[in-house]
Amino acid sequence: METLKLVASYLLILVFAPPVMLGLITKTKAAVAGRKGPPVLQPLYDTLKLLGKGAVYSTTTTWMFRLGPVAALAAVLAASSFVPLAGEPLISFNGDAILFAYLLALGRFVTATAALDTGSSFEGMGASREAAFSSLAEPALILAFASLAYRSGALSLARMFSPHGGPQAAASTVLALGSLFVVLLAENSRIPVDDPNTHLELTMIHEVMVLDHGGPDLAFILHGAGLRLALMASLLVRLVLPDWPAAGPVGSLVLGLAATAVVIGLVESSMARLRLIRVPQLLVAAICAATFGLILTLR
Amino acid sequence: MSPASRFASIRNGEAVDFSKVPIVPVEELRSAVLKMAAAGHRLCALVCDVKNDRTAGGLLAVLADDAGGKLFLAASQPAARYPALTLDWAQAHLFEREIYENCGVLPEGHPWLKPVRLAPPDKVAFFQEEGAEVHEVAVGPIHAGIIEPGHFRFQCHGETVHHLEIQLGYQHRGAQRLLSAGPDRRTLAVAESICGDTAVAHAWAHCAVWEALEGCAPSLRAEAIRAVVLEAERLANHIGDIGAISNDVGYLPATAYFGRMRGDFLNMLMLVSGNRYGKGILKPGGVAFDLPDEMRSQMIATVKRSIVEVQEVGDMFFGEPSVISRLEDTGAVSLKVCDDLGLVGVCARAAGADRDVRQDHPFGFYRFRHIPVMKLDSGDAFARAMVRFLEAQRSLEFLRGLLEHLPEGKIAVPRGAPAAHQLAVSLIEGWRGEVCHIAKTGRDGKCEWYHVIDPSFHNWVGVAMALRGGEISDFPLCNKSFNLSYAGHDL
Repeated sequence: METLKLVASYLLILVFAPPVMLGLITKTKAAVAGRKGPPVLQPLYDTLKLLGKGAVYSTTTTWMFRLGPVAALAAVLAASSFVPLAGEPLISFNGDAILFAYLLALGRFVTATAALDTGSSFEGMGASREAAFSSLAEPALILAFASLAYRSGALSLARMFSPHGGPQAAASTVLALGSLFVVLLAENSRIPVDDPNTHLELTMIHEVMVLDHGGPDLAFILHGAGLRLALMASLLVRLVLPDWPAAGPVGSLVLGLAATAVVIGLVESSMARLRLIRVPQLLVAAICAATFGLILTLR
Repeated sequence: MSPASRFASIRNGEAVDFSKVPIVPVEELRSAVLKMAAAGHRLCALVCDVKNDRTAGGLLAVLADDAGGKLFLAASQPAARYPALTLDWAQAHLFEREIYENCGVLPEGHPWLKPVRLAPPDKVAFFQEEGAEVHEVAVGPIHAGIIEPGHFRFQCHGETVHHLEIQLGYQHRGAQRLLSAGPDRRTLAVAESICGDTAVAHAWAHCAVWEALEGCAPSLRAEAIRAVVLEAERLANHIGDIGAISNDVGYLPATAYFGRMRGDFLNMLMLVSGNRYGKGILKPGGVAFDLPDEMRSQMIATVKRSIVEVQEVGDMFFGEPSVISRLEDTGAVSLKVCDDLGLVGVCARAAGADRDVRQDHPFGFYRFRHIPVMKLDSGDAFARAMVRFLEAQRSLEFLRGLLEHLPEGKIAVPRGAPAAHQLAVSLIEGWRGEVCHIAKTGRDGKCEWYHVIDPSFHNWVGVAMALRGGEISDFPLCNKSFNLSYAGHDL
């Protein structure tokens, strides 16, 4: 029965957390700009609409192009099983943090390969930008993981990401949190790194890689991207917020995710996007923060 | 003998008897024009003075002396070919391409004699860079947003743009041909449709040309109402543009606020004429609609409210460090490039050029009430946004003063018959820059030919220069900060 409950709440979060988070970000941005904004569930309606559509495939593409969206979503779904979404994760073992990081990287790899497969100059540009920036986001992620792993003495996400350490560890927690938040913004094509709303193909990073995908493929990509955001956000939530007894572990997480979505919306409303050439500077700053966090933990 | 003595000299909005315009052999015209260029004059227009039927005609050059407020005209005898001016004066580049395209007069030695508007743009060759590591990016003519069609060909090395070539011509509707057939009941509507967001400026330029040819002078009240709607058009577009720039840098609050304020000014135009873009307000001889006191006080209230709101939202936008850092040094065009290429309007003033038709060649009500010229010197996207903001503030102050003391009088005077063999030139400072209409009447006073030069025709090459050495990801922002018209270029 317990297992059934765990799986059920897991599935609910996997299906609903991504669209609701994206919807909340949009709603927050609209509220700050004095607009009404689309319904919170609009991303879910979009995904459902896309699932009911057919897809068009260019004759210049190969099986790589069709594999991309499916494999990317599968990789993120697999990664989600290590994240304690319902109080505890579905699977947990020592070292799952590394597997988590590289399952996300696998998702990026297949997306970028599918983009290159189209032979379009836009998608090639997008793939090269994505590769360049994620190669800088990855060290930040791994270094932040390292300091948390050292502190908790375990290499599994469930133990690394739980509030502990007391006031002495506050500094390293804050540094890890900061660098992971930057990684979250970068990996999920949010402002200031990328602009998810832009229609300008020359400035996009992530969006331009998926221009040629449509129908169910696009739905997979959109849901996978939202899920990646939800997973990284739930790690951050687990790091700082203790479980709130009244809401239970699932309720606390859901509240935390909603709060993160609002924070992202506020960040996006309060600043312009960085120029592309400045993005590496931001990511290097995240690496530095993660490194200092690691040094403080090792001290 | 000064170089200007080879030219007929007129003021903006005047007609001249064509027999007074010196007609010289084409080589002489060429050397006279180059002497004027060396003396710092600007090329307003270089056109072939025949209808577009590919019979060899003479050239007509219109040069502007911005400091002296004069326009200089000279024409050449018909010639089938002549040594291209472009080699010595880059401002003539696009004009000579158009002359070759429309009239078949060959500018010999022109380095890039591609069609401007008529040939199918996908059948022409593009400049190409060779090398293992350079790549080509083709954008358009169908774009991801709801904008006009145009084709952009980038030669890139990684993210760096080495060269951008812009090929337009997808919007060609034959506006000059329709206007040459006039004037009839349709021509004013055609003039207003040359470029939908500059309807008032083009309508004014069209009216001013015919008023000059007919020798009729609109009343002061009509001139004042024209100035009111021209500034309202400028405000709607400048404010909308800052909002669009804000959208492109991903700063959404300012986008929403500026977007709403743009609506205030479009609604102001609608109040006057029932059309949000100000179509139908102007007519030769005056304006079609008066401003009753009730409407006037409503407009004054809007202007007063907007003075505060524009300031507040502008401070929010320009006070945001991430916005400034995104805009500064993006797509800079130097003053030298501006002067060499003859750029006009906002982008020229952003680079430090003291160039504004309202100041240099004052027309209509601007002869009596002046608007300070706003200029910056960095020539980048920031300067282009800031000049728009400053100009919007000056226009608001101008509007407040003008609306509070609107001259009394009739709004239209009866039109006369156009005189025979006259040539008239009219320059209007639209929100984008200098709108130029030129018309010549024949023996019977009917229009012989009509030429339109939208500011975009001068400025598109500025976008290409702004991108040179920049990043390809900056292109959309650069393009937006110029915000040029495709339809105005393609006519």
